[in-house]
Amino acid sequence: MASTMLSLVSAALPLQENHKGKMNLGSSDRSSFLRKEKRNPFMKTKSFGRINMAIAVNTSRFEGVTMAPPDPILGVSEAFRADNSEMKLNLGVGAYRTEELQPYVLNVVKKAENLMLERGENKEYLPIEGLAAFNKVTAELLFGAGNPVIEQQRVATVQGLSGTGSLRLAAALIERYFPGAKVLISSPTWGNHKNIFNDARVPWSEYRYYDPKTVGLDFDGMISDIKAAPEGSFVLLHGCAHNPTGIDPTPEQWEKIADVIQEKNHIPFFDVAYQGFASGSLDADASSVRLFAARGMELLVAQSYSKNLGLYAERIGAINVVCSSADAAARVKSQLKRIARPMYSNPPIHGARIVANVVGDPALFNEWKEEMELMAGRIKNVRQKLFDSLSAKDKCGKDWSFILKQIGMFSFTGLSKVQSENMTNKWHVYMTKDGRISLAGLSLAKCEYLADAIIDSFHCVS
Amino acid sequence: MNSQHPDGSVFSNIVRAPEDPILGVTVAYNKDTSPIKLNLGVGAYRTEEGKPLVLNVVRRAEQLLVNDPSRVKEYLPIVGLAEFNKLSAKLIFGADSPAIQENRVATVQGLSGTGSLRIGAEFLARHYYQHTIYIPVPTWGNHPKIFTIAGLSVKTYCYYDPETRGLDFKGLLEDLGAAPTGAIVLLHACAHNPTGVDPTLEQWEQIRQLMRSKGLLPFFDSAYQGFASGSLDADAQSVRMFVADGGECLAAQSYAKNMGLYGERVGALSIVCKAADVASRVESQLKLVIRPMYSNPPIHGASIVATILKDSDMYNEWTVELKAMADRIISMRQLLFDTLRDRGTPGDWSHIIKQIGMFTFTGLNTEQVAFMTKEYHIYMTSDGRISMAGLSSRTVPHLADAIHAAVTRIP
Repeated sequence: MASTMLSLVSAALPLQENHKGKMNLGSSDRSSFLRKEKRNPFMKTKSFGRINMAIAVNTSRFEGVTMAPPDPILGVSEAFRADNSEMKLNLGVGAYRTEELQPYVLNVVKKAENLMLERGENKEYLPIEGLAAFNKVTAELLFGAGNPVIEQQRVATVQGLSGTGSLRLAAALIERYFPGAKVLISSPTWGNHKNIFNDARVPWSEYRYYDPKTVGLDFDGMISDIKAAPEGSFVLLHGCAHNPTGIDPTPEQWEKIADVIQEKNHIPFFDVAYQGFASGSLDADASSVRLFAARGMELLVAQSYSKNLGLYAERIGAINVVCSSADAAARVKSQLKRIARPMYSNPPIHGARIVANVVGDPALFNEWKEEMELMAGRIKNVRQKLFDSLSAKDKCGKDWSFILKQIGMFSFTGLSKVQSENMTNKWHVYMTKDGRISLAGLSLAKCEYLADAIIDSFHCVS
Repeated sequence: MNSQHPDGSVFSNIVRAPEDPILGVTVAYNKDTSPIKLNLGVGAYRTEEGKPLVLNVVRRAEQLLVNDPSRVKEYLPIVGLAEFNKLSAKLIFGADSPAIQENRVATVQGLSGTGSLRIGAEFLARHYYQHTIYIPVPTWGNHPKIFTIAGLSVKTYCYYDPETRGLDFKGLLEDLGAAPTGAIVLLHACAHNPTGVDPTLEQWEQIRQLMRSKGLLPFFDSAYQGFASGSLDADAQSVRMFVADGGECLAAQSYAKNMGLYGERVGALSIVCKAADVASRVESQLKLVIRPMYSNPPIHGASIVATILKDSDMYNEWTVELKAMADRIISMRQLLFDTLRDRGTPGDWSHIIKQIGMFTFTGLNTEQVAFMTKEYHIYMTSDGRISMAGLSSRTVPHLADAIHAAVTRIP
């Protein structure tokens, strides 16, 4: 008893020392003290006669908070930074690198920023739905300027925080207005998709997608699983350059996917993070979305300008909801705003202005298309070199052609978790544990080294 | 078209949401074609000429950033720009704060005040044992929405006394005194929105003691540091008082007003913990809230803030521009008060000069407000809140006319 009193007194002293003037202490109440102690694990009140000092004892009220694991994708870059090896290679996160493996700010982006600076624009709040000029050009970029869905004002477009933020707005809309509806996501898919739907409390299930035997699309499995899902499910589709596999359906396959979605009254939900970046052509990369829109279907599309305009850190994207009427689109837009307001009030202005300036100015737009072709071209060249290196070095005659067939920033190597770990531990090649490598982080100069690492991991580790 | 639904739309059951009450005021203002219209709705600073203001020091910082060839646009870490986080914590808690020196503060970059509050609320809903948050009556309209959607249950505590147009301190102490142990309490660090009524330092001290005695968890909303009194340190006193006693608290900061970075969405959430290892674990869990919401925060505004805060010349320049904004608002308060007095407008209008910060809670009722909008084209929120930042010496007489007419013609 004496020792506890001593520790309490010493705990009380810092309070008094920090404090000028008298402490206004309430009266004691032994019984209430006992009650309080049982109820609250983090607070202890003790009484000393007339003095009832409530001291937060050294235990934090957050003592029970456990250390969260690092993000599986973003955590890779952290680990890469900590590695001191000269040979290290970061093929983790999908951020474009030049041949010199440097980050790349597009020339058109620099020009746009300089223009913005010269104009001396203000920094007033955007409307909740974002910059009107941005919303206009982003929908036109996606659907094509003359597209009926735009002319008929059937698209609700709201600026979002890049792809993630736009997906989250849509997920919250689904949770609120389609209670119980499931989202079908591909197996595998971008690691953060599940987190987004989990936090938004939207149930999800997977449809077959990647076939490890062919290192290609399990099309029958995909169709079968979409067909088997309850009517009115949302089907999450990667518009182009599937992440993490790089495997896209062919145009004929897209038609069949649209057929089964219509048959089951499902709602297509596109994630378009690589428009222009996959093939080099903005229109070609939007063809899947436009195919669905042309059928008069209602659909959702999340867009990101992180990769195709290199605006990663500016967090610029949009959620588009194509509805069967202009009235529905207006109502949907108003509800998306209602979701954004208690999340961040209104979106950031800088990235939106850059996009609006680039896409809205014909000269800058053309220049952008050229830069995009260069970026997509570099990745295609790297794919070719990697394929050539692997084919030349691999004595076991494995078919590496999937590297050329896959499209976009990523390649799904087929390496297992253990093999991926070997890539990192032995070869200092950083990648995600699902076997995904970002070709955007690969230079021609490093292809041979990477080929050695892949061959070693495939054939010598199981 | 979807065959299952009446009008062929899966969205047929989605109704139109009403316009946001605060931001909707600007929407209505923009539609008005009257040349004498006045927007006293949203809290964005205006110059004497009625124009938005980008601080000179902000333009300078932006110039430096845009012209720096080594700058890239790579993803920030999930917690945001590290330099920005450190500087923000120092700004609010004081550079010499033991909590900072002992690494007991977890700070993450957030999307201005709203985003920082939301992250803090989500964290508490997941990791804190008490899910009730007490908010003052009245408070910023978006507060209850943020906390509710994050999963907290919202209760209220007395704050504004309409009789005195000041603080109902007795009511406040009673309500907080009756709160369950460990409940979360939202506190406006300074320049209470919408009333402009702040506790005195002595009152803050009593609030602190009461809260600590009941283990209530303070969650500060600091959207006006430096903007209220003109002094960054004075406006942070309430927060620092709580941190000085060694206890825990949350603090959401916004740079929308004090750096005029409204549209850039820059802010921070700090959680002051008892121990460094707790802060570290808390930070890791904050990342799990952020990643599925928007992955990582926007770089531009945070870079501007960091550039200014870390350079002593720019920092000083900022304090001068900040004080000028605060002083202009204080002078508008005085001018409105004097004008109403000179007009002989019935009632005691001294609260206009007693209240602090961007807003004045006029005490006008909804009918009077509607009258002022219709007859005088004055736009304000229906609770009688006016943004002093939207006034100039040229427009004060028009507002005084409107108030005079409203109180004499509408009961």
